[in-house]
Amino acid sequence: MDREGSFEPDHALPWNEQDLVQDLELRTLFDAMADGDEFLRKVAHHALLSPLTDPAAIRYRQDVLRDCLAQEELVREIYAITVEAIEAEKKAYWGIYSKYPRVILSRSVEVIGLFVKALTRLRRIADADGPRFSSDGFRDFFAMLQSGLGDEYLAEVQQHLRALKLGDGTLISARLGSGAKGRDYTLRKPNPPEGSWFQRLFAGRAPAYTFQLAPRDESGARALAELEGRGIAQAANALAQSGDHILGFFVQLRAELAFHLGCLNLHRRLASLGEPLCMPEPTAASERCLRFSGLYDVCLALTAGQRVVGNDADADGRMLIVVTGANRGGKSTFLRSLGLAQLMMQAGMTVPAESFCANVCSSVCTHYKREEDVALRSGKLDEELARMSRIVDHLAPDALVLFNESFAATNEREGSEIARRIVEALGERRIKVAFVTHLHTLARGLYDRSRPDALFLRAERRSDGMRTFRMTVGEPLQTTFADDLYRRIFEGQDAPQTSPG
Amino acid sequence: MPGYFRDLHLDQIVAAVTVGREHYDLAPFFHAPLHDPATIRYRQDIFRDLEREPLFRCVRGFAEGMQTMRERLDSARTLHEHYQKQRLFLDAVATYCATLNAFQSALAAAELRAQGWLALRRFLAEYLASAAFIALQRETRECEQALDGIHYCLLIKGDRITVRRYNAEADYGADIERTFARFRHGAGKDHLVEFSDVLPMNHIEGAVLERVAKLFPDVFGALDAYCTRNAEFLEPTIAAFDREVQFYLGYLEYMRTFRRAGLAFCYPEIAASAKDVRSIRGYDLALAARLVAEKVEVVRNDFHLNGPERIFVVSGPNQGGKTTFARTFGQMHHLASLGCPVPGTEARLFLFDRLFTHFEREEDLATLRGKLEDELVRVRTILDQATPNSIIILNEMLTSTTLHDAILLGRRIMERIVALDLLCVCVTFLVELASLGPSTVSLVSTVDPDNPARRTFRIVRAPADGLSHAVAIARKHGLTQPEILERIPS
Repeated sequence: MDREGSFEPDHALPWNEQDLVQDLELRTLFDAMADGDEFLRKVAHHALLSPLTDPAAIRYRQDVLRDCLAQEELVREIYAITVEAIEAEKKAYWGIYSKYPRVILSRSVEVIGLFVKALTRLRRIADADGPRFSSDGFRDFFAMLQSGLGDEYLAEVQQHLRALKLGDGTLISARLGSGAKGRDYTLRKPNPPEGSWFQRLFAGRAPAYTFQLAPRDESGARALAELEGRGIAQAANALAQSGDHILGFFVQLRAELAFHLGCLNLHRRLASLGEPLCMPEPTAASERCLRFSGLYDVCLALTAGQRVVGNDADADGRMLIVVTGANRGGKSTFLRSLGLAQLMMQAGMTVPAESFCANVCSSVCTHYKREEDVALRSGKLDEELARMSRIVDHLAPDALVLFNESFAATNEREGSEIARRIVEALGERRIKVAFVTHLHTLARGLYDRSRPDALFLRAERRSDGMRTFRMTVGEPLQTTFADDLYRRIFEGQDAPQTSPG
Repeated sequence: MPGYFRDLHLDQIVAAVTVGREHYDLAPFFHAPLHDPATIRYRQDIFRDLEREPLFRCVRGFAEGMQTMRERLDSARTLHEHYQKQRLFLDAVATYCATLNAFQSALAAAELRAQGWLALRRFLAEYLASAAFIALQRETRECEQALDGIHYCLLIKGDRITVRRYNAEADYGADIERTFARFRHGAGKDHLVEFSDVLPMNHIEGAVLERVAKLFPDVFGALDAYCTRNAEFLEPTIAAFDREVQFYLGYLEYMRTFRRAGLAFCYPEIAASAKDVRSIRGYDLALAARLVAEKVEVVRNDFHLNGPERIFVVSGPNQGGKTTFARTFGQMHHLASLGCPVPGTEARLFLFDRLFTHFEREEDLATLRGKLEDELVRVRTILDQATPNSIIILNEMLTSTTLHDAILLGRRIMERIVALDLLCVCVTFLVELASLGPSTVSLVSTVDPDNPARRTFRIVRAPADGLSHAVAIARKHGLTQPEILERIPS
């Protein structure tokens, strides 16, 4: 169904896979999609980290997902048939005799027999329930089953599978080759009997000479097996390759459906929390779109097991988003929700928001302050810059880079200057940047340049000092809210609704 | 093998030339010097023609064809299944016919000057046009076609095999390929089992062949008759040529390894009576083979004898190439006597009647006599047999006695050699032997003046003073007379 092949297990994952998984806490999302199924988890992992970059491809996958949401029972049935076929193939005995065509053939006959049964079931679903699906993906898939696996063709295949059990013996023709050894061994179909049984009774019999292996002639048995093998090697190869190919089909189908099953699982979980999911609207990479309402951090919701605060923003046309404001005011959560939504949209998934529209990005990168770093300051900055350098190695225009408290491992003036130059250079390369920082010099400096493509958001704080975990548009402020935090922690004020990360 | 073969390392040369050609038994050719200048020229002419690539290639093609034929005959002899043996015999004859036809048309196109090649071309044309050969070719083709036309079926069911004629049964494999084609997009893993094809049949194949023969009695009957009728198909002259031409092919291929390394060969002029031999840039083939393999430069030396000069007396530092020079002289004469090209860019060599070598033997347990006595007996035996047309090569004789005695004995021996007026190379530490008269030429091995420890392996005409090397080594150690005087405080 899928046009990108990005569910293939050997499809390469991005270089920064581990950073993304860690910084965006993707494991939580994978867990929800897997719902305990390791395979679903693997596919979810793959799909989220192999973003599509063509809006049309995303919409194609979205359509398939819509069908899955509407026909969940049928989709789960198709998945079950697929898994059953793959499991049955695994059980068919391969053994150590795979160098004998006879073994290859009989195993392939068995396996293809099982596959044909599964394919037939799929075709019946296509016949009976196909019209209930509207996506191109499912329609093409059903059409392919119907046109490729007609009753007549399936009967033909079944007939071959019966004949290839070779119950009436193996008929092979040969010529005399060099050294009077046989050559051109060719599998033959016995001629149909000619004339009536009566005529045949009185017709002269063609000369034929029959001999039999002596009992316990083991080398003779091997020689005979080889002779037969020469005759059936081609057919065995054709069947074995067909078996491989059909298996490949099921494996691919299973991976694709597994992705959508993961999406269905996520829907169930979030629906139980009362959290919304929306079908996002991807736009071309060349555009600068980003607007959303009720965007929330799906991982936080899943971890907390309850609804969390969502944010609204209109950052269309913006290249730079700088987030400042209160400590523990939800800045990191907001940044993560941005990255997650971008990746989920580009995987063809629904997005945790009321609405979400963004241009596709060539890649998503994260540059987060690493809490676990306990090295000396200079060592930390060095490490941060090395990571930045690796990111730059892989960047292309239209990427998205998320910075979280980066370059704070030195004094504010230095860190701000380093960060500012990086941010401006990325801007010139049309790379979208979202930067969470408490470096006031950096934020203020960027703000004072009055760039029309920059958006400044602030973690909101009500006049009573209470954090709302909402981001609002606003210029960077010098004061922080550390004393608020101190008071809450040490003086026992009421904790807010959720505890942001 | 001539007595001088090992001393001159000719045994190594012949081994290298004939490697891979053992079954042609070529050594006898290399062991037998010719004594008639015309025969030598006859062979040289054959070499000259064969050196040209088109002829060389076509003769090699012929030889390979004959080799294939022999392998098939060998198989026909060693296999067990009656009809398989016959089939291989048939193949051998077919190879024989095809090889000769190809050879003839290649020869017809080749530019030939040597009498030997012209005679072969005539013979081949006559033989291929003979009724016997034409009949052989026709019968061979008929048998092959009949066998190629055989088409049979095997029905294998359990442990029973039925063999019968093919009766236009449809290709079931093709059906299967067609039906399953839609499942085989792209190149997947190949499951096609490869079978090893060895010539001998197992007993099942043998049993099948027997029954195929029963199905086609005419074809196999004809094959039987063919084999009996043509058992002696190989023309003796062709067989002899096939062997003899390996002498030339082998030597030319051997030459190529040297030529690739920039080492020249030339066709020597053969002097039947005058003894003014000479060579430019000659070298020891056995040594050069080793040096070329190790990619070490090969030192080449010139020599010449004028007027009354007969004897090279070679002295100088050990390991300086003296023995190599002596061997080179002997090798070149022997190879020239075979009609072969010799190392060097130019050579005039003597047609000797006999060649004698006397090389120092480290140990000779076969004799109870003392070493000196043994040596003298051997030299005497040589001198008794030698004629003015002989060549004697003496390498480091008289090392096992006092210098005084050695000089005395050496002079006596040399005087007899001078009297015989024969060609001689005498490698010796006895510098006194180098100036016995107008027939002796003194050659010395040399050292690099800048680095006396380094041998140049160059052998030049120079008076033998026995000092040049000693002086060089002394200087290296600061032990010349002035140096010693200077180093020892007065």
